[in-house]
Amino acid sequence: MSATSEPGRAIAAAGEAGAARRAWRGAGLALLLLAAVLLPFLVSSYHAFQLTLALAYAIALLGLNMLTGYNGQISLGHGAFYAIGAYIAAILMTQFDWPYWATIPVAGLVCLVAGFLFGLPALRLEGLYLALATFALAVATPQLLKYKHLEDWTGGVQGIVITKPDPPFGLPISQDQWLYLFTLAVAVLMFVLAHNLLRGRIGRAIVAIRDHPIAAETMGIDNAIYKSLTFGVSALYTGVAGALGAIAVQFVAPDSFNVFLSISFLVGVVVGGLASISGAVYGALFIQFVPNIADDISKAAPWAIYGVFLIACMYLMPRGVAGFVQSAAARLPWRETKKG
Amino acid sequence: MNALLHQILSGLATGGIYASVALALVMIHQATHLVNFAQGEMAMFSTYIAWALIEGGMPYWDAFALTILISFLGGIVIERVVIRPMANAPVLASVIVFIGLLVILNSVAGWIFTYTVKSFPSPFPAEPLWNNSYISTHELGAIGVTLVVLALLFIFFRFTLLGLAMRAAAENPVSSRLVGIRVGWMLALGWGLAAAIGAVAGMMVAPIVFLDPNMMSGILLYGFAAALLGGIDNPAGAVLGGFIVGVLENVVGAYLIGTELKLTVALVVIVGVLTLKPSGLFGRVLVSRV
Amino acid sequence: MTKRWYRAPAAALVIAAVAATPALAQKKYGPGVTDTEIKIGQTNPYSGNASSYASNGRTEAAYFRMINDQGGINGRKINFISLDDGYSPPKTVEQIRKLVEQENVLLVYAPLGTPPNTAIHQYMNAKKVPQLFVATGATKWGDPKHFPWTMGWQPSYQTEARIYAKYLLESKPDAKVAILYQNDDYGKDYVKGFKDGLGDKAAKMIVAEASYESTDPTVDSQIVTLKSSGADVFFDVTIPKFAAQAIRKAYDIGWHPLHLLNNVANSVGAALKPAGLEKAVGIISTTYYKDPSDAQWHGDQDYKDWVAFMQKYNKDSDPADNNTVLAYARAFTLVQVLKQCGDDLTRENVMKQAANLKDLRVPMLLPGILINTSPTDFFPIEQMQLEKFDGKAWVLIGKVLGS
Repeated sequence: MSATSEPGRAIAAAGEAGAARRAWRGAGLALLLLAAVLLPFLVSSYHAFQLTLALAYAIALLGLNMLTGYNGQISLGHGAFYAIGAYIAAILMTQFDWPYWATIPVAGLVCLVAGFLFGLPALRLEGLYLALATFALAVATPQLLKYKHLEDWTGGVQGIVITKPDPPFGLPISQDQWLYLFTLAVAVLMFVLAHNLLRGRIGRAIVAIRDHPIAAETMGIDNAIYKSLTFGVSALYTGVAGALGAIAVQFVAPDSFNVFLSISFLVGVVVGGLASISGAVYGALFIQFVPNIADDISKAAPWAIYGVFLIACMYLMPRGVAGFVQSAAARLPWRETKKG
Repeated sequence: MNALLHQILSGLATGGIYASVALALVMIHQATHLVNFAQGEMAMFSTYIAWALIEGGMPYWDAFALTILISFLGGIVIERVVIRPMANAPVLASVIVFIGLLVILNSVAGWIFTYTVKSFPSPFPAEPLWNNSYISTHELGAIGVTLVVLALLFIFFRFTLLGLAMRAAAENPVSSRLVGIRVGWMLALGWGLAAAIGAVAGMMVAPIVFLDPNMMSGILLYGFAAALLGGIDNPAGAVLGGFIVGVLENVVGAYLIGTELKLTVALVVIVGVLTLKPSGLFGRVLVSRV
Repeated sequence: MTKRWYRAPAAALVIAAVAATPALAQKKYGPGVTDTEIKIGQTNPYSGNASSYASNGRTEAAYFRMINDQGGINGRKINFISLDDGYSPPKTVEQIRKLVEQENVLLVYAPLGTPPNTAIHQYMNAKKVPQLFVATGATKWGDPKHFPWTMGWQPSYQTEARIYAKYLLESKPDAKVAILYQNDDYGKDYVKGFKDGLGDKAAKMIVAEASYESTDPTVDSQIVTLKSSGADVFFDVTIPKFAAQAIRKAYDIGWHPLHLLNNVANSVGAALKPAGLEKAVGIISTTYYKDPSDAQWHGDQDYKDWVAFMQKYNKDSDPADNNTVLAYARAFTLVQVLKQCGDDLTRENVMKQAANLKDLRVPMLLPGILINTSPTDFFPIEQMQLEKFDGKAWVLIGKVLGS
């Protein structure tokens, strides 16, 4: 019976192999986390600042990936939610003297509601039409932020300047290092939450809606509620990212949130890898650092270089960096499964 | 009343611009089922080529014809070299390639031609027709050219074998191959035609808005909206959509909400229409079989 | 008598010692300075919506190349690092931090745009790095009490707008004014200055206002709206592309108001010619520099020097672009400040010398307009002159205004 029979032994072996793989992966993640925590102390303040921004983008991309990668709804307008989060943080900190860490959950909640409300009418739109609607949102955002009747809140075209928070409890680290660690902590939390969400029933429902909406409906999944909620949650993530970004940069203005930001988010999600959590990190690193590299290469036409990078990336890695890493890892010699 | 008429006619003039860009977008979509984000920049680049030819001394109509030819060939080359390798990649990967193309064209144009505004000649006489003060002869001429291109496209797709082959290739590539249609070349042809239409659009638009590398970026969104409003698979709808968007934008800005929120409200209206009629005003409603 | 024989030689010795002191003085260097090099940083939009301002950074880089070819400043070559910020404030913050913290530049010169400069305003003053001759006309850069490390250069937009208001109050007090403005800090700053200049008559005189976004294709609809308000004065705050459209459309629909065009948009080559010179007759504007596409300056030595510079060092930029003239003049001002620093090239001394420019004549500025700064006056150029377009060129009217 049990472990002595042929199938039984195979299952047990598979179970052990699975447990071993999980243990390795867990150790790898822990090592990565340790490296991430130590990083700001090993590099200059300026690099710590850049990495803080990259972390904020990673959270935003994770949100967008949830909507576009896992749920198949294309959004070209997530810059708007990033802007909402950023302005919420700025307004609460400057007009109401809130501490910076308290603004993050508020930014997230407001964007959750905003995203859900936008997601409801968007249910009727498919593919291209949804892309247009969200693109319209991205284009309209700077104009709304400049609107004179909202000027008392948003500071209009002049924007709002935020003071940088100090490390708490008088810790002997710099402001930049503290902000990085704070952002890292929020990022880890958001990633863990996303992982649990997407690995469970809800994640499977979301993916089912992307792949076979009618079959999903037949199975008892309420498409409308799931799709709108996904929109809301993805907006929540992006709003949190916006708040973190605003605190790091210490300034918000309508010009910071133009169409190109939304397009950059889409680029980041696709280059990083659709429907992948690690893809958010790869994508964030791409959109944060590659423009700087392109600038170094050519002063005359830096964005032409960036465009070439984009096209090259898509040729070599059509499923994004995460997809590439996955297929490369699968081809590693010790991963080959024995046949027969 | 006078002012309203003015706004409407002015809106039709701008609408003509949007209509021509929308036509190019629909063209690409009919051939490839993709929306080409780089369409505006391709049109802008073609217009710069025309400008360079004219500055070099070539007469207008010669430069016009040569630019259309160059753009046509350029479109085919882009399809073969840049887009073809992405044939089996996910749709969004192609979108990123388009964005890359957009950024490259914009940057290179700025580098070669600088960002100073240039004036582009118009083939139409400068005096307004019947001395009216509402709409210039060029603007009327541009609308006329757009309608002519639309008619030519209609004839091409409806009454020629090549047009039929192109539609078949986009609709059902597998079956098309089985009946002997060279699907790959149909796609390339579609891109070439779209590039040519874009070049015409650019050359009609430039005398109105003046030529600079960012000329098309504001127009692309409206062209996109116009194409979707009219139904992405309907060229006539796209042209009509362009006029509607142009007039709407002007009237909203002048009478409803003031210019500070003009863009926002125009877009809200468009999105609103789409939620009521998700396939656009004149598009075919697709029924998916389970 | 013989007791005092030592007085003269002693005095001579003292005088000689004092005179020799500068030669023995320590060379004082701030960050980014060596015996052979001065490192200067900048952010400028080379991409994105505002990329038409790329010519500023390019011209300045070319100018510094020219200075280096001529031997540098007091024997030191300028190492000019200009980074792209795409007119996006978060990117500006990132690039400025790179320049200050990684490249260790001595100063940041002419960063462009009001939002980018606002984003770094506090940082620069906290870090005590000169934010010198910022390339925007917003009024808030001349505040030495609160921001002693920031200084503008060009006349502020509000100063210019008030000149138009004053002109109107004097020549056409019953005017009905329509305003077209770009919907950003640049346009709104002008409108504010204009309204302040009109005082309590503003509400009565201004009958219509219309804005546009720099991403809009045309302003034709706005012009139609403004005409139908019945205004007979048109205050036009745009950039060359939209100024050209506005001039043409106004003419075509038969609207011939008194047209007040702001300085940024009044280039003959970039705005008036595309519109059609005959349609621009009678436009009033202000200026503080020589428009190179205006033939009246073509005999000047200033102009000839500028043309030689453009042809040798700055071939990539368009001579019809007035940004090249402003960048040229601004760069000259910086070189003057650095020359005045001598061997004391600390950040403190840079600001001290920048606040110590007296009656400085800068090439390509109008005759009679001189740069003056002091520890309480951080507005280098405050003078402008009204001009009117006669169909061929801008004709200066009145005299140089402003202190």
